Formats: sequence, C-alpha cells, structure tokens
Amino acid sequence: MPANRFNGYTDYGVGIGLRIPHYNHIFEKKPVVDWFEIISENFMIDGGRPLKVLDQILDQYRVVQHGVSMYFGSAEPLNREHLRRLKTLVKRTKTPWLTDHLCWGSVDGQYSHDLLPMPYTFEAARKTAEKIRQVRDFVEVPIAVENVSSYAEYHVSEMTEWEFLNEVVEQADCGILLDVNNIYVSSQNHNFNPFDYLNSIAPERVAQIHIAGHSKFEKYILDTHDHPVLDPVWDLYARAIELAGPTATLLEWDDRIPSFEEVHQEALKARKFHKGQQQPMQKNGLAAMNPLSNANANLYASEKARV
Amino acid sequence: MDLEQLQRIVLDVIQQPLTPAERMRKRTLDGRPVKKIVDEVIKPNDRLTSFERLEIYNRVYWFRLLSSLMEDFPGLRAIIGDRKFEKLSVAYLSDRPSESFTLRNLGSRLEPWLRKHPEFTPKLPKLALDMVRLEWADIDVFDQAELPKLTANDLSNLGEDPVFHFQPYLRLLDLAYPVDELLLSIRQKEDPESDIASNVVLERATSHSEKSFVLPKPKKIYLAVHRQEEDSTYFKRLEPEAFALLRALQQGKTLSQAIEESVNWTHGKVEDITEQLHDWFANWSSLGWFRKPAAE
Repeated sequence: MPANRFNGYTDYGVGIGLRIPHYNHIFEKKPVVDWFEIISENFMIDGGRPLKVLDQILDQYRVVQHGVSMYFGSAEPLNREHLRRLKTLVKRTKTPWLTDHLCWGSVDGQYSHDLLPMPYTFEAARKTAEKIRQVRDFVEVPIAVENVSSYAEYHVSEMTEWEFLNEVVEQADCGILLDVNNIYVSSQNHNFNPFDYLNSIAPERVAQIHIAGHSKFEKYILDTHDHPVLDPVWDLYARAIELAGPTATLLEWDDRIPSFEEVHQEALKARKFHKGQQQPMQKNGLAAMNPLSNANANLYASEKARV
Repeated sequence: MDLEQLQRIVLDVIQQPLTPAERMRKRTLDGRPVKKIVDEVIKPNDRLTSFERLEIYNRVYWFRLLSSLMEDFPGLRAIIGDRKFEKLSVAYLSDRPSESFTLRNLGSRLEPWLRKHPEFTPKLPKLALDMVRLEWADIDVFDQAELPKLTANDLSNLGEDPVFHFQPYLRLLDLAYPVDELLLSIRQKEDPESDIASNVVLERATSHSEKSFVLPKPKKIYLAVHRQEEDSTYFKRLEPEAFALLRALQQGKTLSQAIEESVNWTHGKVEDITEQLHDWFANWSSLGWFRKPAAE
C-alpha cells in the first residue's frame, strides 16, 4: 500500500524539508536522508544560487516537490506561467509525485499568499477536481492534495471536510498528502474528532504523510511548524500508518529551525511506527489518545504576539 | 452565492488593512460594516465569533506580506524608519495587491508606485527611490538565468560594428546617492537567510532601531548589479563613460552608436573612450556579462 500510483510506486521512507539553514551541514557532512521535500515555488526560477544548490542536492538525494500556491480551489483559471515554471522544475527534479494544498488563495489575479479554507460544497469539489486534473495532465506526474489546517468554516458548506476531501480526490482521481498535524489543528478549531476524519479517508489514495508541530493559543491552535511533533499528532500518525501502511513521511519544520540533526532525529521517530505497523492497535489505546477526551484540550495559554 | 462570489468577499475582507492595534477593522475602507459581511459568510464556533475567525486570516495576510517586504527592502526601512516603512508598505500593498504566485515579486512594482507617491518618503525621496531601485535590482538579478557566455574567440569574430547581448542578470543603475555602501553596511548587520514554506504563520520580522545607520550625502554613482559564479549578487561601480556605453549597448545599439551616445552623454572625447575600450571589454567579458545571441 505505501507504494501506489499516487506516489509513482515509490517507497521513500522518512524525509525532511530542505531548508537554507541546513545547506552547509548537508554539503559538508552528507548525512544519510531518505529524501528531501522542496517548496516548488522557491525553485521555479530561471537561474542563480537556488538552482545550483538544488542541482547539488539532486546529485545525491531524492527530492519530492511540494507547492504552496497552485490554489486548486480558487474559482479562477490556473495561472499558465505558474504551470509552465512548475513543469520545467518537475523535469529538473524528476519528482515521482507532486503535492499542493486543497485550498484556495487567489481571486481575480490577486494572491493572498495563504492557504485559505474551502467551502465544502459540491460546486467547489467539482471545480477543484477539474483543476487538479488539468494540472496533472499538464505536468504529467501524479498529484496528491494536502488537507490544510483551518481557522474558519463557511455557512454554505454542505459536507464535512473529510467528505469534501474524499469527493475531490475521487472526482480528480488523485492522491492524498495526509497532514495529520493539520487534521489535529482543525479538529481542535472546529470541534470534531480527528479519528473520525482519519478513519474516513481512502487509505489507498494516501501518497504521503506530513507531520509537524503546532502552537496552542487561548481560543484556537495555529499550524506554526516551529515545534517538535506533539503527542496527539503522533497518535494520529500511528493510526494513519495503521490504515495506509508505512507511507512516505515528511516532517515540516519551517520556523525557529533548529540544527539539521535535531530536525532529522525528530523526523526519524516516525520509523518506530512503521516497524510496529504489523501489530494490531488496541482500541482502548485509541480512545485514550483522542484529544477531545481531554477536557482541557482547548484551554491554552494566552495568545502569543505571533498572529 | 457561488464559489467565485464567496472567495471575492473573503479576500476583500482579508486584504483590508489592520487597525493601529493590528486588529481587523470594523468598517472597510469604503465604509461597509465588516461584521455584517463576515457574519453572512463565516460560521462562529463556541470560542470565536465569525469576525474573530476571519480576523486570524486578515492578520496573517498582513503580517506575512509586511514581513516579506521588510526582508526584501532593509535599506528603504533603514532610511525612512520602521514606522514609516510599515505605513508605506500598507499603502503600497493596498494599491498594488500581489499579482504573482510567488512572494519574490511582491516588491516588483514598488519603484513606479513610489515615484507616484513621494509623500511616503517626504524628507529623502531621491535617496529612498535610489535604495528601492538598488534593492529590487538585487532581488531581480539573484535568480535570473545564466546564458552561454561569449568566448574570447566569439569576441574576436564580432565584426567591425557589433551589437552585444547581455546576461539577464546584469542591471545598470544611475544613482544620485551611494546607496550601495549603505545597503552593504546594513546587510553586514542583518541575517539575510530566511525561508518560506507551506502553511506557516510567519513571524513579523524584528525591527532594528531607527537611525542606526549613517545616511549618505548625495553623490552621483553608476552601478552594475550583477552576479558571479551563480552565487551572490555584486555591485560594481562604473565610470560614467563606461556606464553610458554599456547602457546603450544593452539597449541594442551598435558599438559605434554606443560610443557616440557615451560621448554625447558625458560630454567627453571619443579618443578617451576608445582608449579604454579594450580594458573595459576585457573586464566585462571576464565577468561574463556578454552572452551568445539567442539564435546561436
């Protein structure tokens, strides 16, 4: 199951994001890393140092592209310049699969540079799926869409987030980049059981999994990627691996980035869940892991001056 | 309400500038009540009102974009100070919202916008404008393509009155202030490394103290902003005659036309320029500024 048509029939193991503060360490120490995830937009350029660094990485490591601004869910047509540059980069990296977010972020050619939550409507699902198909047909690699963390919901929604995700990936016939941290964050912000979400997704479509840290505020949780992975997220990860098998996994750590070793060691904790995947999970254990069973789950420390 | 209508309403609210206390404003800039707009679109929950939920995105939008401009234009920030820089940035982004999928291009329209809005840099408009031109050129050359260079053999076979083609990573700037020195001194004090990724709520860039740099006095300089070895961008000062010659060549003029233009522009002598031509071209060629014509 981990190697499937949505990740190019690969079995990539546990990777980390390629980040500038780690460049020197990577080139000097040449650490063994299963794979690196790059942010596509940082390399959708014509030349210069970023591409030189990327080529050096590609000489020694496997790379998967992750995008942040395709905005499959925006009602407006795809940006042709974006697509052209993305395809050029895909040819360079030979990424076995390509990921971006199930969100929107632009209207009338104006960009929010954020991952805005979708209204969960049938119209939105149809339009989003259509755009995912268009991108896949153009770049000619499998696509997996990532569930985003969110802080708002719309009155017009006609289904749950996970029903919407299923609707989109079925219609687009694409993969899922399952971000278990995002599921946790959204579950806390919108009062749903994250295991209901996990248990509903089609495991055979999971191409990749994201894990990350988040920040707790008084009235909501933010997806900040600046901490180690917290226990409730590891619990969800365990369940995801139980459902989907030992799938390619990536730790996101994008702010207050510690040393390469610290990030890599945090990511490699995922391997113990892969090894234990054959063992049946105890139902009592699962219930105990449910973050909603903690009455204090939403009572967090005072808001930081970050948002 | 269809998908497009909903997205237009939400983005419009998110793009409304924050209040001085960095909260979502109660009325849009054109006077519409935000609460009423948001209540019709966003669900509240047991902890947050509809207004408070969308406010998270409103604040993230501005913090992310303002942080990006602060990172891209530390020189302008040093010249006008943090507070005025923020005011200028909010006005610029309100007038010219991002039309690019990448934050790299966020400042691409700042120079022409600032020319129309000198009120945001009232004390030192020319210095501020020069710094913006330099900082944008620096961003722009950083990731331009490097095309096949003209070899020494190519140079010797160009004919009597050749046209030259330049690398995309060469920009020529005539500046009224030596902003290159100021920008380099600022960079020495700031960490240039940062990264942008996925669904992260970016922290606002920390402010450096205002007036911590000595601002330069007017002094005309001619600058080439370029790149070497695909690594860093460099600033190379040019003599006025060399600058005028290069600029004319970059505009597609032949060598003889460029020499004439340089003479006219600097009120110099043809002999003075032709005397230095060999050294100039040897230097520019060694820097890899000339490229092969596209047809080859």
